[in-house]
Amino acid sequence: MSETNRLPSGGRIDRSRPVTFKFNGEILTGYAGDTVASALLANNIHLVARSFKYHRPRGIMGSGPEEPCAMLQVGWGANAVPNGKATQVEIYEGLEVSSVNAWPSVKFDVSAVNEIFSAIIPAGFYYKTFMYPQKWWMFYEKWIRKAAGFGVAESETDPDRYEKVNAWCDVLVVGGGPAGLSTALSAAKTGARVVLADEKGELGGGLLRCRDESRKKWLVDTLAQLSELPNCRLLRRTTAVGYYDANFLVLNERLTDHLSASVASQSRERLWRTRAKQVVLATGAIERPIVFGNNDVPGVMLCSAVSEYIHRFAVKPGSRSVIFTNNDSAYLTALDMIMAGIQLIAVVDVRKDVSNEWIEEIRSHGVELKFGFAVKSANGRARVRGVKVQALSVDGTSFTGSKMTFNCNLIAVSGGWSPAVHLHAQSGGKPVFDPINACFVPGDSSQNEESVGAANACFSYEQAVEDGTRIGTAAATQSGFGDVEVLNEEQAIGDSAQNSLAIQPFWRVPSSDSSRKQFVDFQNDTTAKDIELAAREGYRSIEHLKRYTLLGFGTDQGKLGNINGMAILSQELNQDLADTGTTTFRPLYTPVTFGAIAGREVGPDFFDTVRKTAMHSWHVKHSALFENVGQWKRPWYYPQTGESMVEAVNRECMAVRKQVGVLDASTLGKIEIFGPDSTEFLNYMYTNAWNTLKTGNCRYGLMLGENGMVMDDGVTSKLGDNHYYMTTTTGGAAHVLSWMEQWRQTEWPHMKVYFTSVTDQWAVASVSGPKARDLLEKVTAGISLSDSEFPFMSFKEGTVCGVAARIFRISFSGELSYEINVDADYGLHVWRELFEAGREFGITPYGTETMHVLRAEKGFIIVGQDTDGSVTPDDLGMNWIVSKKKDFLGKRSLSRSDCVRPDRKQFVGLLTEDPDVVLPEGAQLVDEPTNSYPAPMIGHVTSSYWSATLGRSIALAVVKGGHSRLGAKIYSTLMSGESIPVTISNPVFYDAQGERQHV
Amino acid sequence: MKGYSIFSLARHAVGRHKNWPRAWRDPEPRPAYDIIIIGGGGHGLATAYYLASEHGLSNIAVVEKGWIGGGNTGRNTTIVRSNYLWDESAHIYEKSLVLWESLSQELNFNVMFSQRGVLNLAHTLQDMRDVYRRSNANRLNGIDSEVLTPEQIKQIVPIINTSPDARHPILGASFQPRGGVARHDAVAWGFARAADRRGVDILQNCEVTGIIRENGHVKGIETTRGQIMANKVGVVAAGHSSVIANMAGIRMPIESRPLQALVSEPIKPVLHTVVMSNTVHGYISQSDKGELVIGAGVDGYLGYGQRGSFSTIEHNVAAIVELFPIFSRVRMMRQWGGIVDVCPDASPIISKTPVKGLYFNCGWGTGGFKATPGSGWVFAHTIANDEPHPLNAPFNLERFVSGALIDEHGAAGVAH
Amino acid sequence: MLLINCPWCGLREETEFSCGGEAHIVRPLQPEALTDEQWADYLFMRKNIKGDQREQWYHSGGCRRWFNAERNTVTYKFGVTYKPGDPAPGDDS
Repeated sequence: MSETNRLPSGGRIDRSRPVTFKFNGEILTGYAGDTVASALLANNIHLVARSFKYHRPRGIMGSGPEEPCAMLQVGWGANAVPNGKATQVEIYEGLEVSSVNAWPSVKFDVSAVNEIFSAIIPAGFYYKTFMYPQKWWMFYEKWIRKAAGFGVAESETDPDRYEKVNAWCDVLVVGGGPAGLSTALSAAKTGARVVLADEKGELGGGLLRCRDESRKKWLVDTLAQLSELPNCRLLRRTTAVGYYDANFLVLNERLTDHLSASVASQSRERLWRTRAKQVVLATGAIERPIVFGNNDVPGVMLCSAVSEYIHRFAVKPGSRSVIFTNNDSAYLTALDMIMAGIQLIAVVDVRKDVSNEWIEEIRSHGVELKFGFAVKSANGRARVRGVKVQALSVDGTSFTGSKMTFNCNLIAVSGGWSPAVHLHAQSGGKPVFDPINACFVPGDSSQNEESVGAANACFSYEQAVEDGTRIGTAAATQSGFGDVEVLNEEQAIGDSAQNSLAIQPFWRVPSSDSSRKQFVDFQNDTTAKDIELAAREGYRSIEHLKRYTLLGFGTDQGKLGNINGMAILSQELNQDLADTGTTTFRPLYTPVTFGAIAGREVGPDFFDTVRKTAMHSWHVKHSALFENVGQWKRPWYYPQTGESMVEAVNRECMAVRKQVGVLDASTLGKIEIFGPDSTEFLNYMYTNAWNTLKTGNCRYGLMLGENGMVMDDGVTSKLGDNHYYMTTTTGGAAHVLSWMEQWRQTEWPHMKVYFTSVTDQWAVASVSGPKARDLLEKVTAGISLSDSEFPFMSFKEGTVCGVAARIFRISFSGELSYEINVDADYGLHVWRELFEAGREFGITPYGTETMHVLRAEKGFIIVGQDTDGSVTPDDLGMNWIVSKKKDFLGKRSLSRSDCVRPDRKQFVGLLTEDPDVVLPEGAQLVDEPTNSYPAPMIGHVTSSYWSATLGRSIALAVVKGGHSRLGAKIYSTLMSGESIPVTISNPVFYDAQGERQHV
Repeated sequence: MKGYSIFSLARHAVGRHKNWPRAWRDPEPRPAYDIIIIGGGGHGLATAYYLASEHGLSNIAVVEKGWIGGGNTGRNTTIVRSNYLWDESAHIYEKSLVLWESLSQELNFNVMFSQRGVLNLAHTLQDMRDVYRRSNANRLNGIDSEVLTPEQIKQIVPIINTSPDARHPILGASFQPRGGVARHDAVAWGFARAADRRGVDILQNCEVTGIIRENGHVKGIETTRGQIMANKVGVVAAGHSSVIANMAGIRMPIESRPLQALVSEPIKPVLHTVVMSNTVHGYISQSDKGELVIGAGVDGYLGYGQRGSFSTIEHNVAAIVELFPIFSRVRMMRQWGGIVDVCPDASPIISKTPVKGLYFNCGWGTGGFKATPGSGWVFAHTIANDEPHPLNAPFNLERFVSGALIDEHGAAGVAH
Repeated sequence: MLLINCPWCGLREETEFSCGGEAHIVRPLQPEALTDEQWADYLFMRKNIKGDQREQWYHSGGCRRWFNAERNTVTYKFGVTYKPGDPAPGDDS
C-alpha cells in the first residue's frame, strides 16, 4: 500500500523528492513538503493517537497548531521530541514517529477499558473519591500517574544548540496569509523595517488551500516583490508565541526540525526577541468543529483541513464524505472535494435557508443538500463508517423527523471561524463578541497593534488584501515612514460587520441521555455532558469550568474546543456568550522547546557569568580546588598529591602562622571614592566615624541596612584628602555599590562624591605570616617596610616585582600581613614572582578554607556566614565600632525595643569538651540535651574548624544572651540526634592581644 | 447533602450525574453578617470554614471580587512544606502541614495532597551551612528533615544533574519527605463547599469598594453588590492587601510584585519529587497530568498586572534545563503570573490592626499556598477571639515597630 | 518586557535596569527625634499604589544613574522619567 489517497497531480509538494519515514515502525512514503499528517492521510492512515482519559482512537482533525488529537513521539533517543503534532511535523528521510498514550499499540490499547467506567468518572470525579482511607492517596496516585502524560522525555542529553536574536523593527507582521503579505508589502514599500513571521514552512496562509488561480498568482507575485525588498525579513516556520509589554514579542523559529539530519553547525531553533514599533496581527482564523455524537472518531475533520490536504498536499483524506456546516465557507470545501474526486454524499447544513453561488454546482454533482438538518452522530470507532443525520426542530433544540444514515469515511465539519485573537489578548486587548460572525474579535488595542484579515473577522480575500495594504501603510507611517496620512480608526477596520460567512450560530447538536459522547475538548476528553455537570455543580465562571473539566488545558490550548465549551456553558446558564466571556489567552500561542527559551545560557560556561581572577590559571596549575563565591571562582584549597582536605588546610594554616602564605584576594569588592564630601558620605555608610582617619591609613568599617542589621564590612583606606579606597565582601560588592549610588544620587544629590568599581582592575595578593616582611623586602622598591614607617592599618604606594602597587598593611589572618594590589594585567606576573622570591621562606598558597580557619582563630566575622541579616553590631560584640555621636544608616533602628533585648542571639566562641570533635556548621544549640520536640533552641554554630594552630577544634556561634554566659556549658545537636557538650567562650581564640599583626 | 465518595459517584452514575447538588450556593448578600471575610481565595475560605467548624460561627460572608480561587490560589506551583528556619515560621507552617494531611477527609473533597517529598538544593558551601542549620532546627522543632548528599539526591531524582562541573553544582539538599504538592483549585473548592455546608455565604463577583468605620471600629463594607454590615471584617486579599488597607486608612509594609509560573506539555512522569533551588531560581514538580509545573523568582518591580517579564521566564527555564538537561527538548506550554504581597522580612502578617474589628492576613509573598489551612485556622482564631493564637502572635504588625522581624530572607528558603 | 526611558541614555531594555521602589521617601533628618512608630513608617510602610506610582529606577547596566519614573502598576506603562531632585511632574512645589 502506498499513498493510495495521493492525487495524481497538483499540490505544493515536491514530487521529485520522495521521502520515506516510519510510523509506529511501519515504513511509509511521502514527498518533501508533506507533514506527517498529510503523508499519513496519503497512506490512508487516520488512526494516529489515543485520547487522554478514555484512550479513544483519535485521528487528524486539523492542519496546523490547532490540532488537538494527532500527537506523536517524534524521533528517538537524544533527538526525540515528545508531543509533536502530526499536522506540524514535516517529514524528512529517516524520520521516525510513533503514537503516544497507547499501549501496546495505537490499534489495540488496553487502557481503552477506561471507557467502560466512563459512567462513574465524569469531569472532576477525582475530587469526589480516592479519599479513604487517608493513607491510600499515595497508592491511588501512583496508578493515576501511570496514566499521566503523552510523550516521553528521553534520558539523553540534548545534542542541539539554540540561539537567540534581539531584533528591532518598525512593523512586525504576524501571519503570512493574504492580509499579512499585503500588510508587509505596503509597509516595506515605505522603507520601514518589516519583519513577517509565519508558522508554516510555506507562506500563503489560507491561499495554500485555495483553488483560485488568480489568487495563487497573487501569492507568487507578492512573494517575489517582498523578496526584493531588503528591508523586509520573511521568517518561515516562525511562530509569534508571546506578546509582552511595550510591543515585545517572542518569535520561535524552527531551523532544522524539517531537515534530514541536523547540520552540526546549525542551531535547531532561534528565538527572536523582537521589539516592534507597530505590530500587525494577521494571524488568521481557526475553523471550529460542531459538537455532535462520536465527533472524535478518526475521519472527522475540519473543512479547512480537508481543503488544505487537497490543495497543498494533493491528498484526499477520504473517499466518501459528508459535510456538516452552519456557514457558507464549507461549500468551498465541497467544491474542493468534488474536484479531488472525493465522493461527496451530502452537505448537512443546520440553516434552513441557504443561498450562495456554489449550491447549484454542488447539487449538479448529485450531492444531497440537507438544509435544516444536523449530524446526530458519527458511526465507527477507529474510522468513520457513516453518519446519522436528522432534521432539526424549528428552534434547533431537538431533532425531528426520521433519522437517515449515510455511509462515508470522512466527515468534514465547519462550525464557523474563530479569529486567532490570542496575541491581541496577550497584548492587553480584550476580545469582544461579534454576534454577526458568531465569534470573538479583537477589542480595543492597549498597545501599538492592529488586527487585519481573518484575525479581524474579515473573511473575504479581496477585503483582506485591501485592508492589509492600507494597514501596512498606516503602520509604517506611524513608525515614521511614508507620507500617507494616518488612517482614522473607522477606515482601518475591515468588513467584520458583514456576515460573509452567512453563519447561523450553532454549537452543539441536540442530545439526549442515550446520545453518544459529544466531545468538546478532544485532547482531554471533555464532553458536553461534563460541561453541563460542572455548571450544575456551580462551577459557572468560565475559569472554574475550565479548571473543573480541563477544557482547553491540552497542548492545543483549546484552539478548537474552547469556544464550543463556552457556548455550551452559556446555553446551560441561559446567558449570552458575550457575558460568559473567554478564558485568559495566555502565552505561549504554541508550545516552545525549553532549550530555545534557555538559549545558550546553560552549561558550565554560560549559565551564569564566570569570574576568574588574573591568577586563575596559576591556581589551576597548582591543583587548586575552587569554591563558588557569587560569580567568582575562588581557590578553596591546594591539595598536594595524596593529601586530604584537612591535611591540606592544616598545612596551609601552619605555613601562614609559621612562615608565609599567599591568598588571592582579588575578588573582594573594591570601590574608589572621590570627592570633597567623601568623608561625610562614609560617615553615613559606616557605623564608625571617618573624620579622624588620616591620609595613608586604613580603617575597618561595618555597614548596616536601615533596619540596623549588619549588611557588609571591609577595610577602607584614605588615599588622599578627597579620595578613599573601599573594600567590600566578595559577594556584596555589587549591592554595596548600588546602595551607595542610590543614597548619593537620590537622597543626597548635593553631596560631591563619586564611586567607581575597580574590582576587576586590581589583582590582590594577600601576603601573610611572620616572614611576610622578609619576602616583601626582596620584591619591593621605594617602600620602607619597618613597623614604625609602615605600621599596621596603613597604606603605601611603591613598586612590587617591578610593578606599581598599592600595599595595605591590614590583616584578616591575625599575622603580619600585606595586601598587594597591582594592575590586574600584572597580577599573574607579580604572583609568580612572589612565589619565586618566597621559596626560601617556605611560601605557600592558601585558599578560602584556610582563610576561614585563620580568621576564626582570631574571632573575625564573615558577613553572610556569621551573620544572616538579623544581627546587629551589638550582637557581634562590636559596639566599639558604633559611633554614638553621629548619624549613620541603620542607627535609629538599633534603639528599638527588640534590638536592645538582653536575650538576643550574640556572637561567641564555642569550645567542645572533646577537643577532637569538630562541630558541623549550622548545628543548633540547646541548653539541655532533649528528645522531646519542639525543643527550645538558643542559637547555632556559624563557623567551625579544626585549628591546627591550637591543636583543637574551635567554633563560632550566636547564642541567646551569649555575651553574659561565657563559660557556660551548653549542647550542640547533630542531625543524628546526638548532643555534644560545648563551653561558651570568647570568640578570639588566638593571640587575643593582637600582637602578631603588629610586629 | 450527601458526601462525596466512590459510592456516591456510582449512585449518581445511575442518575447520569444529573442530581449532583451545587458544590456551594450562590446566595444574595444579606444586609449584615457577624463576620465578613474579604477575599475568596484559599486562605479566606479556610478562615470562614474554621470560623464555622472550630468556633461555631456561621453568620459569615466571604466576599470575592471575581471567582473563588482565582487569585494566587489558582496560580501557584502548589508546593507544600514546613521546613522553615525560624521557630515562628516552622510552627505555623507545620500546623498547616498537619492540617493538610487530613484535609481531604476533613473537607470530604479530594485536594490530592501528595506527600512526594520536597528537596531544597544547596549549591554553595554557604547553602550547605544553611541547609544543615535549617534541617537541624526543623528536627528540633519536630519537623521531618534530612540532609542529603548529591548521591542520595541522585537516587531520589535520577534525572537531576549532579555533575560537579556544573556552573552551580549541587552540593547537597535538605529533604522533607512529608512535603509535597496539592491540587490548588481543589483547596478553594473544598473549603468553599465545606464552609457553605456550615452556612457560610460565598458571594462571588462582589468587589469591595470601601470599609465602613465608626469611631475607630469597623462597621461593614461597601461592595459592588451593596453595603454589607459586620462588626468584624477579616481581610485576606493577597495581591490587593494595600488597596484594601488604604480603604481602611491604614498603611501596610507591603509591596505587590509579579510572580510567574509556567507548565510544560504533559509528558510521562519522570519527576516524582518536588525540587527547589533558590540559588538558581527554579522550582519544579510534575503534576498528575504529566505537566512540569515550574515556578520562577519574583519580578524586580511592583506590579498588579498578573504578568511579569519574559526575561524572568528565560532565566527560569535556563535554570530548569541546567538542573534537568533532559528537559531541554520538552516544550513549554503555558505561562501566567500572580501578584504576591511581599513583606520586608518575607514573613506574613496575621494580625489585628489599629481599626478595631478589622483583621489582616497578608504578606505571604511567594509562600502562601502551603499555609492555606494553617493560615485560615489561626486567622479564624484571631477573629473569633479578637486575640491572636500563640502560633500567629509573632506575625503581628507591631513587629515592624519593635524590630522583631522574622527574617526568612536570610538562611531559609523563602521562595515558594 | 518593559522599555524604559532613562533620562540620560534614552530608551533601553528593562534588563539594563533595576527598580528601587517607591520614590520621594525622604530620610528623616533627625532620626533620633522620631518615635519607633514614625521610624517604622519611614522604614517599612509603602503606598504600594495600584495605578500611577512614582518609583526609583537604576540604570545599573548602563549609565549607573538613578532616576524617578511615573509608571502605572497595572498597565506597566511608563509616564515621564525625571532626574532625582527634580520636582515630580504635576507637583506645584
